[in-house]
Amino acid sequence: MDKNEVVDIINGFLVEEFEIEEDLVQTDATWSDIGIDSLDFVDIVVIIEKEFGFKLKGEDMVNVRTLGQFHEFIYTRHSSDQ
Amino acid sequence: MNRVVITGMGIYSTIGKDLDEVRDSLYNGKSGVGLDMDRAALGYRSHLTGIIESPNLKGLLDRRSRVGLPEHGKYAYIATLQALQHAGIDQDFLNKNEVGILYGNDSSSVPVIEAIDKMRAKKDTALLGSGSIFQSMNSTISMNLSVIFKLKGINFTVSGACASGSHSLGMAYIMIRQGLQECVIAGGGQEINPESMGSFDGLGAFSIREDQPQKASRPFDRDRDGLVPSGGAASLILESYDSAIKRGANILGEISGYGFSSNGDHISVPNIDGPVRSMVMALKDAGIDKKDIGYINAHATSTPVGDGKEAQAIYEVFGDKIPFISSTKSMTGHEMWMGGASEVVYSLIMMQHGFIAPNINFENPDEHSEKLNITSKTINSGFDVFLSNAFGFGGTNSTLIIKKVK
Repeated sequence: MDKNEVVDIINGFLVEEFEIEEDLVQTDATWSDIGIDSLDFVDIVVIIEKEFGFKLKGEDMVNVRTLGQFHEFIYTRHSSDQ
Repeated sequence: MNRVVITGMGIYSTIGKDLDEVRDSLYNGKSGVGLDMDRAALGYRSHLTGIIESPNLKGLLDRRSRVGLPEHGKYAYIATLQALQHAGIDQDFLNKNEVGILYGNDSSSVPVIEAIDKMRAKKDTALLGSGSIFQSMNSTISMNLSVIFKLKGINFTVSGACASGSHSLGMAYIMIRQGLQECVIAGGGQEINPESMGSFDGLGAFSIREDQPQKASRPFDRDRDGLVPSGGAASLILESYDSAIKRGANILGEISGYGFSSNGDHISVPNIDGPVRSMVMALKDAGIDKKDIGYINAHATSTPVGDGKEAQAIYEVFGDKIPFISSTKSMTGHEMWMGGASEVVYSLIMMQHGFIAPNINFENPDEHSEKLNITSKTINSGFDVFLSNAFGFGGTNSTLIIKKVK
């Protein structure tokens, strides 16, 4: 899976499942900008496990502040698992 | 002590998804009972159930609000939305005033089962999702609706088995009468699914008249063979008379009496004494004579023993002054935690429109019901005061008396 596919899956579920407005889904947006709170993040963990086969942990997200950094983290982690 | 009135109501039931549909069904004696053959795979003895359409709330509610709502939470949301609209109460009023919620519910089976299945499969609680805990709790309805409607008053769920919905109205009545709240949303919600009814089916309590599903629920009839499980949700807006007048609200009725009791007897078989005390207490609280009651909406669930006990209890209280009686469970089946509230909605609809809904399938009385005045056909005359009974496992009894406000 290349990076674009990872980005499409993530942005796809943010828009479809989380009903976030497409124009809010920007690489420099924070979770707060997008409207994702800690309870929503519990559901993101479930979706990531389903789509990419690994479980996100709290400590993984310490340095992830923006959506772009999240895309990068998921892509790197998924690639290294393959 | 404040007078307590009802200024709005909403319903999502097997006989209609709003007040107009339900009014027509009640008037025409329409049944909401059918068969769910999926229950056969789980080893059910009876496949009879109330049939209800699952609502889609996407577009009505945002994702965060929807995620914590189980099946009957959705029904309760729709019923409450209707009730608030009916009462002329908008979000601005809810923001500026302390409105409470006391809702009847006594189970939430499916989310609990789904969580356990996932835990056993994945061995990881982080994969259950954020909605699971909120869907699983008995207080799921009051919990969710208080957040969705941003309520600021009393907030809890009333669990009293099949009397839950009625006791929720009684508790709201007490709160308002005592001046502790001015306005409270009360009601009852009940899930309809195989997961929640299996162990009840295992008691052999359900009817097996499957060749004619719409004739299976036959309260008071000599040939009744058990109840039909059903569900949905019903909501009512209770407020103080002064608050209603101040807002220019339309008053549907006044709660003039609430009676209750416990049988102190068998966990599932009712007695006569408990229901008698509940009805007598309600009449005393209302300060009216039994001859003033124009209609009794009976609890009668179509069980061989239960209906007989209630018939004897009604006869003992009312003697020769028995008003018209019907059990709307003949049409809806047994709505359980919703029943006590929905049956007040059905009775209010009848009182408003000047008719008495039939106790359908009442073809032959038994030795107890033959002494009562049970209507098997629609009666085209109205009443000004009704009494509604709701009894539950554990011998919990609730009686409400509601009258027109002239």
